[in-house]
Formats: sequence, C-alpha cells, structure tokens
Amino acid sequence: MSDGDSKDDGRGSGRGGADRAPRRRTGGGVPPPVGRGSTLQEPAPSSRGFRGFLRTGPPVGPTRPEFWRSPLRGPWLTSAFGAVLLIGIPVLFVTGLLSYAAYNPDLGANDKTPDRGWLGFYLFAWPTDPHWLYRLTQGVHVTLGIVLVPVLLAKLWSVVPRLFTWPPVRSVSHALERLSVLLLVGGALFEFATGVLNIQLDYVFPGSFYPLHFYGAWVFIGAFVVHVAFRIPLMVRMLRGGGLREELRHPAGRAARPVPDGGGLVAPDPAPPSISRRGALSMVGAGSLALLVVNAGQSIGGSWRVTALLAPRGQDPGPGPNGFQVNKTAAGVGIRARDVGPAWRLVLRGAGQERVLSRAQLLALPQHRAALPIACVEGWSTEDQLWSGVRLRDLAALVGHPHLPPGVFVQSAQRSGSFRSTTLRDNQVRDPRSLLALRVNGADLSPDHGYPARVIVPANPGVHNTKWVTRLTFGDGT
Amino acid sequence: MSSFATRYGASPLHLLLVLCSFALTGYAGIRLLAGDRPWAVVLWFVGAALLHDLVLLPLYTVTDRALRTVLDGRPRHRADDAGSRPSRGRINYVRVPAFVSGVLFLVHFPLVLGRVDHFTAYTTLPGDVFLGRWLLITAALFGLSALVLLLRLWRSGPRARHR
Repeated sequence: MSDGDSKDDGRGSGRGGADRAPRRRTGGGVPPPVGRGSTLQEPAPSSRGFRGFLRTGPPVGPTRPEFWRSPLRGPWLTSAFGAVLLIGIPVLFVTGLLSYAAYNPDLGANDKTPDRGWLGFYLFAWPTDPHWLYRLTQGVHVTLGIVLVPVLLAKLWSVVPRLFTWPPVRSVSHALERLSVLLLVGGALFEFATGVLNIQLDYVFPGSFYPLHFYGAWVFIGAFVVHVAFRIPLMVRMLRGGGLREELRHPAGRAARPVPDGGGLVAPDPAPPSISRRGALSMVGAGSLALLVVNAGQSIGGSWRVTALLAPRGQDPGPGPNGFQVNKTAAGVGIRARDVGPAWRLVLRGAGQERVLSRAQLLALPQHRAALPIACVEGWSTEDQLWSGVRLRDLAALVGHPHLPPGVFVQSAQRSGSFRSTTLRDNQVRDPRSLLALRVNGADLSPDHGYPARVIVPANPGVHNTKWVTRLTFGDGT
Repeated sequence: MSSFATRYGASPLHLLLVLCSFALTGYAGIRLLAGDRPWAVVLWFVGAALLHDLVLLPLYTVTDRALRTVLDGRPRHRADDAGSRPSRGRINYVRVPAFVSGVLFLVHFPLVLGRVDHFTAYTTLPGDVFLGRWLLITAALFGLSALVLLLRLWRSGPRARHR
C-alpha cells in the first residue's frame, strides 16, 4: 500500500529525488525498456547476480514500475480520495466514540470492555436531550461508513503499486512506515468488515463485536494519524489552487501540472486511457451514492424506509400500533410464555425497601406519555413512537427515593444475550420522559416489543431500553 | 542530526511520531487481543489486508482487463496510440454499472447470499428478499446504462452520417 515514504513528500533527507526515478529501471546497467509495454519483452540482464537482484528486484512482476499501466494513478487521484477519507474517517471515529459513550460503559452492568484503561478517558454522562441524539450520531456512523466503502477501495487501488515497492525496505524509517501502513490498511479493512458484518447480523468475526470494533478503532486511528501527518503536505500541494477543476478537465494520462515526484504512483508506461479522471471520480461517487440510496432510509424512517432496498431494516414488520422495527424477538432471545404470562411480577428495590407489582398494579399508577424513537447501534432507527407507562422516577419514589433518584440496575426475563441487564444513570432515571412503558401507540406492548413492560429512555441506545423487565434496583452499586 | 537522518532515513520527528503511534497501537492492541481467540483476531486484521491486496484487487483488475480486451478489440499498447480522447471504447457503459452493482454486493453479501439464518427469527422481517432486490437493481443499472448508450448512439448517428 502507500508505504508512506517521507522522502516522496519532498521533505527528504538522505537521498534526493534525482536518483530515484532511474533506480529501479536502469539498475544493473540495463537500458530502460523501450518495448511495447509488456515487461516480458524486457531483455533479461545478464550480469545481475544476487546483488543486482537485491537492488533491482525480479525482472518481471509487480515490483517493476512498468507492471502498473493505469494512466489514472498518480498523486493527484490518491490525494482526491485521501481528502474525502480525511474528512470521513474522523467523523466515523468521533461518532463511534460517541456511541461507545452512549452505552455508559463506566456503569456496572454495561461494561463490555472492562480493560479499556485510558481509552475511555473522554467518557461522560450520556445526555437525554435531544431525544433523537443517538438516532443521529449512530445513523451517521453506520450510513457514512457504508458510503465510504467505495472511496476506501478506490484509495487502496490508487496506491497499490507501492505495496510492491522494491527494495521492500530501504531504511529503518521506511521499515517502520511500512509496518505502520500495514496497521493502517489492516485496521481500516478490519473496522469496515466488522461493522458491515455486524449490521447485517452476520456474526462471523472472532469474538464480541464491541471490544473488537472499539479496540480495533484505536489501533487503526494511531496509524491513521501518522499517515495523515506524513501525507498531508503532499495532499495539500496536489489539491491546492483550483487543481481540482484543472485536473478534471484534463484527460487521463497527462497531468495538468507537472508532478514533482510521482511517488511511484505514476505509470512510466501508461496504457491508453479508457476513462477520464472525472469519469473515475464519478464512478466511485456513483458507488457511494447507490449505497447511500439503498441504506439511508433505514435510519430516516417513515416513508423513506422502503427506499432502503438492501439495508437490513428496509422493510416494515407489519401494520398496527406495534408495527415498527424489532431488534430481537421474544422467541429469538428465549423468552418463554410463562416468563411474561399472568404470573409475571415486577420487583422494585431501593433504599432497603422492596415492592412487588403486577401489571394491573402498574397500570393503576399514574400513566405518562412520551414520544421516543428506538435507535440501534446497527444504524437503523424508528420514528418517534408514542409510549405510555410509569415514570422511572415515580417507581424510584415507591422504594425510598422520593427526590433526585439514583441510577437503576434493570434486569430482564431474557435468559441469554449480553444485554439482558442494563444500568441506567441518574440523569436518565430523572428525565420525565423515561418510562417503564406498558403500552405503545395506544395498544399493549406486543411480546416482541417487551410485553409486559419495557424501559424507554430518550437518546438511549436501543439495547439499553431493556424489554421484558422483571427487576429494577435503584441505587446501590450503580 | 544529519548523521541520524542518514542512518535512520528520516528526521527524528518522524521517528517520534511513529513510536508514539506504535505505543498507542500496543496499548490498544493488547486489549484487542485479550479475548478468547487472539490468533483469530490477528488473522482477521492481517488477513483483511492480504485478502484485499492479493485477491480482491487482482481479481477486479483482471476482470476489468478482460472486459477491455473483449469490448475494445485489440489492445492498444501506448497512450499515444489512442490520442488524448479517453473512453473511445464504450467499455464504461459496462464498467460503471458493474462497479456499482459490485460494491452493493460487496457490502450487502451477507444478506444477498442469505448467510444469516437467524435474520427472520431476530427481526420478524423476511430475509429472502435481498438476492432478488440486488438482481433487480443490477438489471436496472445495466438497463439504464444501455439506455444512455442508445441515446448517445442515436444522437451522434445523424451527425456522423452527414459528415
């Protein structure tokens, strides 16, 4: 890949650019190939020997600059894709960190990454306002990630000759940079792959998604920052001063402006162009646009949902008050009929007191309404649904927390799955829109939406709106 | 300083930045590999790069080259042969829809190929619609491209005849 060779940035130290261009082509005293582009016709050097091989590499194959024929490649094209990623990747990283914070991993039951150490330095109490906050941040995270896939692929394509650069290692700094680029490329592909698989429920990656995607992001971002630091001067130089329009107007294969140093990307013997630079950029843009069109609807919701033709949540589960997206069904997580039947009871605990309530008793308490969405880490979300039920703070008051209730530990009848219990923070319990919901859109909750009772909290990640709630423990270790 | 640069190959600032990054990588990497299957994670991390660089990229490059040979006839060898006008061949009318359809497949293959057995059990949604949808989108993309090509041919036709 783009083995960030600092010398190519023109900040070079040891060896100037002058001896670079002919290095690989004339090594061993062989004249530059005059052929018809096929490296096969290059006369084999007779007096190469092992040292010659070390210096010039194999006579044919991807280590030879002539092997790469595309007239599109060059620092300008790479810089154009790089500029898009330079904006996109930090947005992905920040929205990802926000999603991590939204899970309140510093609270007992929520922690999937107890070893995070300083990587959670920025954690803060996730707010409940605006109530669509998580819908927005996670919708952007997932949709943008998907949309950037073609750009990432194009960027990697544009720099692939550098993967085969010869000699493979030129200096200590070069070796370190190549290692860093392995982390960069491996990290990017690892993050995109785990993300794309997870949103489609294809859990083939080696372990739990949360630690893999979170720690993987930190491994990646370290290499990303180094790469940006080394490469940004070249990128700015390439794109500065209206270069964009100039290059787009120019046919492929001929740079609008002289490139001071191709950085090993410009083909020395280009094939005839079959697409213009404008065409190549447009094609990648068309790929991104198509992905946007077939995915964004699952995060926007409403009548837009049907446009998300390939997104996992592009279909509505059915009509009626409970006809909105289900994260995981009751059957899917092993809820049995007797867990949520007439014998179901809610146990409230706090401040040394305990209350046990039936659903009828809960319905007899003051009922409140709140219009709140379900927003999933997978990027999909629903429009606001009209929930009704008992305020969490009213329930806290029943067990000895009449004012300023503490956080609450929520447990579900769910027998398996990593989100069968949750800890909510005090700011979430105190919000008047935070409910133990019994009904939605004027009807009882359906079994798949958490009957007999579920938590619903504004701006809370979907899986923390625990369904089939059996026990609420206020304070005490939260 | 300059002797350092000669031996190391770049400025000390370069070394500091790389070491700083590696330290962070180490800190996060230990945690990334702390699960039950550390080798599987390494395999995924490095394998993703190798799979892309040595399989996916060569595969689509070769496909593109084959397509070019088929559609543009005898391959011309040098840029000069073709003049400065790109896209003389009509390859892009195939290339662009194929690329778009390809990235849609690459991103959505788990659902398109029906790999996710528990999809309906988890979501209540039918999981067998995606292959058909992807094929229809692909058909629409190629169809649209054909329409544009027809339009171009039709519009350039009379002029070409008058010349």
